[in-house]
Amino acid sequence: MMGFISYAVFFTTIASILAIAVLGLNLQWGNTGLFNGGVVAFFGAGAYGTLILGGSPQADHIGGFNIFYPLALFGGMVIAGLLAWVVGILTLRLRHDYLAIATFGIAVTFENIMRNAESLAGGAKGVRGFERPLRAWIGDGFAYNLIFLVVVLILLFLAYRFLQHLVQSPFGRLLRAIREDEEVALSLGKSPARIRLTAFVTGSVIMGLSGGLYATFYAFISPQDVLPTLTFQIWAMLIVGGAGNARGAVFGAFLIWGAWTASGWILSRFAPIDLQLYTGSIQYVLIGAVIVGMLLWRPQGLLPERLVVSQSGKPT
Amino acid sequence: MIQHLADGILVGSVLSLGAIGLTMVMHMLRFANFSHAELLSVGAYSALVFDAVFAAIFPFLAVKIGPLSMTVALALAMVLAIVITGFSALLIDRLVFRRVREKGAELSMVFASFGVALVIRNVIGLAFGLETNLYSKDIIFAVAVSRDPLLLIKPDQVFTLIAAIVIMFGLHLVLSRTTLGYAFRAVAENPGLAQVNGIRLSRMIALVWIIGGGLAAIAGVFYGLTNQISPIIGRDLVLPIFAATIVGGIGSVYGAVAGGFIVGIAANVSLVVLPSGYIPSIPFMIILAVLLIRPNGLFGEVRT
Repeated sequence: MMGFISYAVFFTTIASILAIAVLGLNLQWGNTGLFNGGVVAFFGAGAYGTLILGGSPQADHIGGFNIFYPLALFGGMVIAGLLAWVVGILTLRLRHDYLAIATFGIAVTFENIMRNAESLAGGAKGVRGFERPLRAWIGDGFAYNLIFLVVVLILLFLAYRFLQHLVQSPFGRLLRAIREDEEVALSLGKSPARIRLTAFVTGSVIMGLSGGLYATFYAFISPQDVLPTLTFQIWAMLIVGGAGNARGAVFGAFLIWGAWTASGWILSRFAPIDLQLYTGSIQYVLIGAVIVGMLLWRPQGLLPERLVVSQSGKPT
Repeated sequence: MIQHLADGILVGSVLSLGAIGLTMVMHMLRFANFSHAELLSVGAYSALVFDAVFAAIFPFLAVKIGPLSMTVALALAMVLAIVITGFSALLIDRLVFRRVREKGAELSMVFASFGVALVIRNVIGLAFGLETNLYSKDIIFAVAVSRDPLLLIKPDQVFTLIAAIVIMFGLHLVLSRTTLGYAFRAVAENPGLAQVNGIRLSRMIALVWIIGGGLAAIAGVFYGLTNQISPIIGRDLVLPIFAATIVGGIGSVYGAVAGGFIVGIAANVSLVVLPSGYIPSIPFMIILAVLLIRPNGLFGEVRT
């Protein structure tokens, strides 16, 4: 029984952390129509940033600034935002293909540099020397995981509220206007390029928060955690849940993460030994098929976007 | 240095062939097709299968052509691979892309292409195994063209380069001298006006997929001939091929040819200063440089 509860806590923690990243993607893709092919780069920037800023000094790579944890987490988010700003400023003026290719490229490059630059972030060995905050008081056991889950859930709720607020504000209307018809927005004296950049950076900062929490949970991050797989998973979560609907994004995160772990468990339990090597391939085929299938048969997702009319036409 | 330059030119010819098809599709259908590089795998593996089939049925075909490791059987298998890959590209369009397109969700096409890429790559991995394959197990020794500076080149590499250039020249003749070529360029320039003049858009789109797929198959076989065949060919080549299209300017066939060679040479020459582990990062660096200096590429025009 205890085993089940502690697994449920573990599962909910990871799913909630990923749900935060899906919320960030929802702002970019769902609300603004920006394709981010490198979610994992911004997730990774937050993760590496948090650990390097908040960790203890290491002999073989930079970092270990021992910064107060909330500031380290915030620093990771800022680094993710800066990365997004650089990519955004170069590509958002151009046709949308460029953003897709550049974001995909930065994810490949980020993983490649983290893997090779040992003096920067430990290379393939990953970043060590980070201690989970307040561990000295709470210890390492179940209590810590439970408290951490509560913190993650609070942050997920805050991110959700913040984005809901943003999307319902005049700024959110502007985002949808740009998504639907850029020229109309332009004719009303708005600057689509700047608004898009703001949305892109904001979404990426939220992905950075997700990455920072993920790295904190494991107190470790390595290039193995920033593979393109994660980008595909986060997309599948958003597309299945329903792009443009924040509730759908969170629902999709839990659903897809559940399906992913369940399929991994079933394959490792019941697949013949000689097929075990191919577990990853089977899971990739499944996730690719889910993405294509949703786009073909239910492009609006399980919980479609609800269009709101900001002002009712009723005379007052 | 000179060795890196020579290797870069050879890799460049493969990237150019891949980039031509990609840039045509991106120009006509206006989406970044992340599944294009998987067509190289489809071509390489189809050739592998038919090579084995031909060599088994007609043993006399399994003879090498001159100094090359390529056999007559493989040359025939390549012709079949071109046809198969061209029609696979068309089939994928009919099954997925056209249906997404008709729903009016053009921005979703790029998502769909990622999904398609994941499915193709991993189905190939499941069908043929994750290990690497070779067309020929014989070792072909490189010929020392010069000793100082040392320059080693394999006969296969010279053949690949010449064949790639001949094919690109042929494509150039088709595009610039035939009615079909005019129709192509007209559709890319202004689809509406082209249709008014009696060009069938759907036929042109189908043709772009077939030509793009065919060129990708050739690139895949050439890549397999000079490197090795594995299910991750697509994953490794997708970014260099995109970099080639961006360097050349999206939509420019000649730009794609130039871009392929530039990316191939840059990636290999950078080995002089960079450890080889950083090779996968080079294409992105090139993309960044192009976006900073000349966002529409060398031969691209401004289009939004």
